[in-house]
Amino acid sequence: MMKYLALFRIRFSNSLQYRAAAAAGMVTQFAWGFMEIFAFRAFYRANPSAFPMEFSQVASYIWIQQAFLAIFMVWFYENEIFEAISNGAIAYELVRPMDLYNRWFAQSVANRMARAILRSLPILLVACLVPPPLRISLPASGLQFALFSLSFFLSLGVVVAYTMIVYVITFFTLSPVGIRIIAAMLADFLAGAILPLPFFPDRARAVAELLPFAAMQNMPLRIYTGHISGVEALGGIGLQVFWFMVLLLLGRLMMKRALRKVVVQGG
Amino acid sequence: MGLYFNFFSMHLKSQMEYKTSFFFTIVGQFTVSFTSLLGVWFLFERFHEVEGFTFPQVLLCFATVLMSFSLAECFGRAFDQFPRMLANGEFDRVLVRPQGVIRQVLMAKIDFTRLGRLTQAVLVFGYALPRSGVLWTWDKVCTLVLMVVCGSLVFFCLFLIYAAISFFTLEGLEFMNILTDGGREFGRYPFSIYGEGILKFLTYVVPLALFQYYPLLYLVGREASLRYMLAPLGGLVFAVPAYALWRLGLRNYVSTGS
Repeated sequence: MMKYLALFRIRFSNSLQYRAAAAAGMVTQFAWGFMEIFAFRAFYRANPSAFPMEFSQVASYIWIQQAFLAIFMVWFYENEIFEAISNGAIAYELVRPMDLYNRWFAQSVANRMARAILRSLPILLVACLVPPPLRISLPASGLQFALFSLSFFLSLGVVVAYTMIVYVITFFTLSPVGIRIIAAMLADFLAGAILPLPFFPDRARAVAELLPFAAMQNMPLRIYTGHISGVEALGGIGLQVFWFMVLLLLGRLMMKRALRKVVVQGG
Repeated sequence: MGLYFNFFSMHLKSQMEYKTSFFFTIVGQFTVSFTSLLGVWFLFERFHEVEGFTFPQVLLCFATVLMSFSLAECFGRAFDQFPRMLANGEFDRVLVRPQGVIRQVLMAKIDFTRLGRLTQAVLVFGYALPRSGVLWTWDKVCTLVLMVVCGSLVFFCLFLIYAAISFFTLEGLEFMNILTDGGREFGRYPFSIYGEGILKFLTYVVPLALFQYYPLLYLVGREASLRYMLAPLGGLVFAVPAYALWRLGLRNYVSTGS
């Protein structure tokens, strides 16, 4: 465990170095968040009664999403891992006395958290200062916040476990960039990255709520806004634990099989 | 021009060498914009119209912006990699050759995988054109062509600005994404829905609305004035500051050495 913590720390402080990039990214995310909220406002005006959440809930949903983009979005892949697999550097990884799955998992979690920590605070600060309909609101109670925090970390686990499966698939297919993009885009869409799940048509929503993707950003964001609360939130967290376990086991199993017949590329 | 076509076919051939990879990347590009299409569709299932625009009318917008963007990106992709070209000194080689600088930079990369997005734009047009309630007389057809052509030129200018800025910073600037990728993503709805301020900004500063919102009003028959039909041409003025910035950057260029 100690060595993974050390790895985590190295990765974490490494990512913290890119402050200028983080500042540029923040400006982009502010603008992005505002535009998203403006778009929803137009639809809200078109027909407030058809709106499946309260408007303030949507605003909070978008701000928390933008603030923690690096935690929630599947498409923040570790390019280093893809490169290691396709250029042969994996050979060095394999001789290290560390479990490869755990190592990559720790690395991904560290990088995502470092990115999120740098960017989230200023975004949240501004989100608190903008005028009311656009402003982020606080969770209804301390309990709700606790549930959100729990769900937040579980969603990070689910996202990383899912990307691990995509990395392992690279062992078999080597190049296709396309597969990565498709895997990320479908997952993010079904997790509510473009449109929160309550906005889906009823049947699409019923299916999406059961998929592992609903255990990603969908759950913590809706718990934060209070759209899901109490017993329902506990059930949702249970579902997250379930999918986390499933994806974790699946990824480990697939990696074991892949490593049994790994062919190291390059020379 | 003949030289450019040589490079065109060269890039096409080299990218076709890796057929599976090429195909999957195209499908990937298709999925990216497909999810935003799904998003629009889901919202309209619920709300039916926004600011008086119907679903097929919004799709006209969606397809115009998507098509302009993917055309601009297909040919202007090299600007995206321009910061790297500056950093590794490759740009010095460009300067000593007896050819236009912009043309040479463009020839460094033509990205055909963007066809995934283009295909989608064509399909969406196929769905939306007959359903939008627009009577397709000649003037309306011309308007639509103007929207797509001028749209790609405006996006192309944005890519040029991105490259020009890197003369000063030596690295790509992420905030430009809000204008390029953001323009594409948020351009799926008429820009008026984002409010007065945003619309003004996208009219007078970065003229994305000139090839999208105003001519759309003409298409759907809300405005009959020729001004709205020819608004996309106004967007071409944007090429002046874009090119000026590029020239300024070029004049101040100091090689990074090797």
